[in-house]
Amino acid sequence: MPKDGGIGASTKRREDVRFLTGKGRYTDDINIRGQAYAWFVRSEVAHGTLNKVDVSAAEAMPGVLKVFTAADFAGVGGIPCGWQVTDRFGKPMQEPKHPVLADGKVRHVGDPIAVVVAETLDQARDAAEAVEIDITELTPVLDMKAALQPDSPKVHEELTSNLCYDWGFVEENKAAVDEAFAKAAHVTTLELINNRLVANPMEPRVAVGDYESHSGNSTLYTTSQNPHVIRLLMGAFVLGIPESKLRVVAPDVGGGFGSKIYHYAEEAFVTFAAKTLGVPVKWTSTRSEAFISDAQGRDHVTKIQLALDGDNNFTALRTETYANMGAYLSTFAPSIPTWLHGTLMAGNYRTPLIYVNVKAVFTNTVPVDAYRGAGRPEATFQLERLVDKAARELGVDPVALRRQNFITPDQFPYQTPVAVVYDTGNYHATMDKLLEISDHAGFEARAAESKARGKLRGFGIAHYIEACGIAPSNLVGQLGARAGLYESATVRVNATGSISVFTGSHSHGQGHETSFAQVVAEMIGVDASQIEIVHGDTSNTPMGMGTYGSRSLAVGGSAIVKATNKIINKAKKIAAHLLEASEADIELKDGKFSVAGTDKSVDWTGVTLAAYVPHNYPLESMEPGLEETAFYDPSNFTYPSGAYGCEVEVDPETGKVQILAFSAADDFGNIVNPMIVEGQVQGGLAQGIGQALLENCVYDENGQLLSGSFMDYAMPRADDLPMFKVDHSCCTPCTHNPLGVKGCGEAGAIGSPPAVVNAVIDALHRAGRTDITHIDMPLTPSRVWAAMNA
Amino acid sequence: MRDFQFVKPSSIADAVKALSSEGAVALSGGQTLIPTMKQRLNTPDVLVSLTGIAEMTGVCRGDSGLHIGAATPHATVAAEAGAHYPALACLAAGIGDPAVRSRGTIGGSLANNDPSACYPSAVLGSGAVIVTNARQIAADDYFLGMFSTALEEGEIITEVRFPIPEKAAYVKFDQPASRFALTGVFVAKFASGVRVAITGASNDGVFRWAEAEAALSASFTPDAIEGLSLSGDDMISDLHGTGAYRAHLCKVLTKRAVLAAC
Ligand SMILES: Cc1cc2nc3c(=O)[nH]c(=O)nc-3n(C[C@H](O)[C@H](O)[C@H](O)COP(=O)(O)OP(=O)(O)OC[C@H]3O[C@@H](n4cnc5c(N)ncnc54)[C@H](O)[C@@H]3O)c2cc1C
Repeated sequence: MPKDGGIGASTKRREDVRFLTGKGRYTDDINIRGQAYAWFVRSEVAHGTLNKVDVSAAEAMPGVLKVFTAADFAGVGGIPCGWQVTDRFGKPMQEPKHPVLADGKVRHVGDPIAVVVAETLDQARDAAEAVEIDITELTPVLDMKAALQPDSPKVHEELTSNLCYDWGFVEENKAAVDEAFAKAAHVTTLELINNRLVANPMEPRVAVGDYESHSGNSTLYTTSQNPHVIRLLMGAFVLGIPESKLRVVAPDVGGGFGSKIYHYAEEAFVTFAAKTLGVPVKWTSTRSEAFISDAQGRDHVTKIQLALDGDNNFTALRTETYANMGAYLSTFAPSIPTWLHGTLMAGNYRTPLIYVNVKAVFTNTVPVDAYRGAGRPEATFQLERLVDKAARELGVDPVALRRQNFITPDQFPYQTPVAVVYDTGNYHATMDKLLEISDHAGFEARAAESKARGKLRGFGIAHYIEACGIAPSNLVGQLGARAGLYESATVRVNATGSISVFTGSHSHGQGHETSFAQVVAEMIGVDASQIEIVHGDTSNTPMGMGTYGSRSLAVGGSAIVKATNKIINKAKKIAAHLLEASEADIELKDGKFSVAGTDKSVDWTGVTLAAYVPHNYPLESMEPGLEETAFYDPSNFTYPSGAYGCEVEVDPETGKVQILAFSAADDFGNIVNPMIVEGQVQGGLAQGIGQALLENCVYDENGQLLSGSFMDYAMPRADDLPMFKVDHSCCTPCTHNPLGVKGCGEAGAIGSPPAVVNAVIDALHRAGRTDITHIDMPLTPSRVWAAMNA
Repeated sequence: MRDFQFVKPSSIADAVKALSSEGAVALSGGQTLIPTMKQRLNTPDVLVSLTGIAEMTGVCRGDSGLHIGAATPHATVAAEAGAHYPALACLAAGIGDPAVRSRGTIGGSLANNDPSACYPSAVLGSGAVIVTNARQIAADDYFLGMFSTALEEGEIITEVRFPIPEKAAYVKFDQPASRFALTGVFVAKFASGVRVAITGASNDGVFRWAEAEAALSASFTPDAIEGLSLSGDDMISDLHGTGAYRAHLCKVLTKRAVLAAC
């Protein structure tokens, strides 16, 4: 049994006390005396020439301090992109300008044109209606393939076309891959769409800018997953403010799922306007605004092919994907369909030759960037749908075909043909575990029972791999990242032994305050209640890269381990001095330092007090105090994997799909808090099932967002979901981080969509409809019915 | 939301008077009106609340069936109509979520006549009478197409009188996002014959399916409508379903409603 509050204990989340009692302090709870309110005037058309913005009437309205337009940002940089992809031909991607406010052109519905700042929100909103905008509408660019035709209108005049990049990976393998296809005994082909999603965190985005004229210091309070990244991007590239004069605070944040990673125009705006006007400026997104201004997710159109030899071994894989970038490059957008997607195309399989082609395209839609899983769900969906289709074409069991081609446990570390090296894993074990917990053996009986009720039951499997804990800075630098991807921690032991941990990670629902404390409690042997975790404020945390890509425990937690080890080393030296023993003989156990083989000991507080009241202390050889900072840069990604099984029932009369059971057998390496891990998996499953059955971001032929509110954008609700069976007893610890952890935040959203779709196809095939080989997500009742009645 | 005046009269007469002023709009549960005000699509000068009028709330058994005050919330209908008219209580219990049901009212729903709302199908399917401050309107004369009704400017619904059928059922197929009716069918069997009213499907709002009514009046079994079909041409087509799909659902749900009513 793990010690309560230590590693392995399902300690209840300490942060939930404030969240559940309404005591959380979110950005919208921050109100600074004298603050003014910003209201954004946004484009109502998808594509147009901005002839004139007349703010005179609006500026004359009551309470209005100023109406800002692009002209006010003449001396200011644009919103930067944090990743540069190099194309197949060795050329850098096409990178358009991204002004804070639309300048000369509007490029998507929601593109900000002007901002009214007024004393009250209602005044700002009233005045916004008086801003006169003259736009000449242009034909919107919406379909990605049409956008690449030479006669297509251009989203950005300064670029040569709507192509951001044409990426090939691994370009040198292309000929060999094609040759393998020519020799294949069987080729399976699948065309599919990975539907565009709106992240919809419960808390919409908020930004409050504050400026102190006497010091020249700016502060931005913002709903961010990574305050240091925002400070760097906004300070260095947009507003030209040195770090010493800019503080970014991301207090409690109500979910992000990727959409709060990026640096947004509204953040730069409030910071800039607060300084210009000399008053704090607050902006709170409405839900309607979130639909047209938060970066959206996915939106890939793919053709994928698998080559097999006569014995059903995978011999080659090739894919061609069109990836929608939207109207501008959001912060990490170029990396998602490339390095976070192409590198995962080996999946769990030994496929020796792989070629991935991705064309990233600009369209007149909201920018697209990472959303829970980011590239990896797209890779997994293609691959796991394709393997299922291949099994059906070959008439073999989809489980058996997967097993036959799995990388075997003895092959790790495994070099894939798509650059990455999997350190460890055991895919046969997770598959076995899944079949066990999902009672796969009993499926036929359940299917018969459904049939008797006139329903079609199906079972779908998906096995995923993901790369988490992003990752070695030198590697990502070579791949085009314009940032490092280490993490940082400062562990400050206080005089009476309590511990403050300052982390560069950021929690927006993940439970870091609980699980990070468990790590330190375990290492030192003090009670977790003695440990506080501080995050989210650039003024008191070391420069860190924030939270996304399931990196917090693997990278941020490792930084904490490193800093804590430094603390322990120093504390042992102090203990050795106090106990008049050799440092090598000092042992730390349960918060007590003792001399090996004796009954001499000093407890934790004896040492911490000595560090800060150094009366009996080796001052000549050691500094007083007990505070250490560490930066941890991982040597590899981590590779969580797992087998997911979905059991559905299709109503043949209406096409409605009901999920009856969903089982997940994951290998996350070591687990710090099983309850938090289970919560993360369940949340991910809900989002993945949401993508598979419900969620769809749809634009009409004019570029208007049809699914622009919850009336039309279907979020998953509790009664759309079954009770989940989640197991993480399969464990191959990560070999290169000190905790042996892999990350669990995205797995659910990665593995579940193909499992759901495979289950529906299975149900239809069992009912004799073998002609239906694919249905695009979301598998709404009308789509399933249409497929059955085509 | 813009500023507005708020009045809460306690009699129908006072409400009618208040509504005669310039820019006055009736407010019942506010579940439709308030969201449109927040989006500034609706900017009334005066809101006249109808929820403080005793004679407009409550569920009671009257001579001509079940009488429901127009300002009665869905939750009250769900809780109290069951003893007299289970299908109606069941319909009310399936509207929106608990918050919507404890605020939203039958009068508001009927005045609004959303093409995907549930109540219009029960009213038309039951052949109910809509009582206003000025007159009584038969259900067949009341619904004039999407968001359009026989109500005059300033006229308020005060009560709805439902004849009680021998058997009835409402079957709703949820639109996945809003959970309004993607299509909903209300079937009611009276001694005089069967009525079938369908919501969510037609571009003209709630409608009666005459052929199904005739067939079911002859034989109240799902099989009776097997040979019938509706055309999807004039049905709503949107991202949740084509007209053809809705036309198909009309038939499937009608059969299910008959089965549930039996
Ligand atoms: C999240 C959500 C889910 C919903 N789901 C469903 C659903 O599944 N099925 C469904 O049927 N409905 C649904 N609704 C709508 C709900 O039933 C509303 O309550 C109803 O449509 C309007 O009733 P109200 O009392 O709130 O009216 P209000 O919003 O107060 O008024 C609506 C309109 O009717 C007018 N009005 C109100 N009362 C009267 C009256 N007595 N006489 C004349 N005019 C009047 C008002 O002036 C206004 O124009 C949902 C609403 C929400 C917000």
